[in-house]
Amino acid sequence: MELNLSISNISKAYNSKKALNNCSFTFERGNIYCIVGPNGSGKSTLLRISALLEDADRGKVIYQKGSEPLNNSMELRRRITLVFPKGGLFNATVFKNCAYGLNLRRKNKGYIKEKVEETLGDVGLIHKMEQNALTLSSGEAQRLALSRAIVLEPDVLFLDEPTASLDPGSVIIIEKIIDILKKKRHMTIIMATHNMFQVQRLADKVIFLYNGEIIEAADVNKFFDSPDDERTLKFINGEMIY
Amino acid sequence: MGLPPVVVGLIFYLILSRSGPLGFVGILYTPWAMVIVQTALATPIIAALSHSSIIGIDDIVRKSAITLGATSSQAAVKVIAEARYGIMAAIIAGFGRAIAEVGAILIVGGNIAGYTRVMTTTIALETDKGNFELAIALGVVLIIIALCVNIILHWVQKRGVTV
Repeated sequence: MELNLSISNISKAYNSKKALNNCSFTFERGNIYCIVGPNGSGKSTLLRISALLEDADRGKVIYQKGSEPLNNSMELRRRITLVFPKGGLFNATVFKNCAYGLNLRRKNKGYIKEKVEETLGDVGLIHKMEQNALTLSSGEAQRLALSRAIVLEPDVLFLDEPTASLDPGSVIIIEKIIDILKKKRHMTIIMATHNMFQVQRLADKVIFLYNGEIIEAADVNKFFDSPDDERTLKFINGEMIY
Repeated sequence: MGLPPVVVGLIFYLILSRSGPLGFVGILYTPWAMVIVQTALATPIIAALSHSSIIGIDDIVRKSAITLGATSSQAAVKVIAEARYGIMAAIIAGFGRAIAEVGAILIVGGNIAGYTRVMTTTIALETDKGNFELAIALGVVLIIIALCVNIILHWVQKRGVTV
């Protein structure tokens, strides 16, 4: 089922400090969007609001099935998932962590076992299924956090700095998983990242946020080769001072 | 968090005594009065320690549960489940408070032989009477019971970590 996402004039402030200012964008299904920008530019806020975890002060997050707008219901929320940078793993086994969302959806035990084992196999954690999740390394923990989300087969997957502070090997594994999700499952993936090489490897489209505003949104090649805005160019070249 | 037991006992005595607001219930000098006063003494300790344990859980756990499809109440249950070891420690502390109690239960229970006399009040009474052998024997039994309960709770707590 197609689930389309667009944001319209989103603004958000924390203690009168603006985090997002009048952001509008339409995400096309089956693409990987990388949101880039300096620290504090509003990337994580944009993800949380788009994932319906937070309300915007102004503006709308619109999910549509075809052209029919959907209400902010549990049914809708269970078709989108956000993976946090620190994972937020539960103090339970790797299996139980991965099965949590499926249990909430009251799937039968056989289905849960099959799906969880398949997903843990995909992320290379099948051999650690009975291990406590809090004893995993950073890379493994992030893969588990990702597996907990992808086992649910969401229509839209939000990733907040999924490879922050991971070693190159773990980064490659996670990037491969993201690539497979796009190609095989046609998920819309929206990720915030600081890694510009990763953006070049993964993104179909890039959104540049600065001071809570979308400065530029373009196809990845255009974004890097001929950005329209001078601030984008400065950011790409590492010349931006903030 | 911790209330002075004798003062709590006195307050409950005044409430439950014949001329008190709940005197008509007629439970002063009964095990019920002792249970109520023990609960009043242990609950704040358990509540305070459980509360600090629950608020110590990173909010990302609640948010993760929600983004994986939990309702607000399911996410709250998840957070409480994550704080289970702290809550268990709070229960141990509350149990320690209850098993060591003398003053408050003496006041509301009356230390009636065969009815409201418990090990701690018996130890106090026998010590007063100079019957140290019985007091020490009961003290040893009480310590063994407390140790056993603590060992079991710690075992459950430790076992839970590896689940």
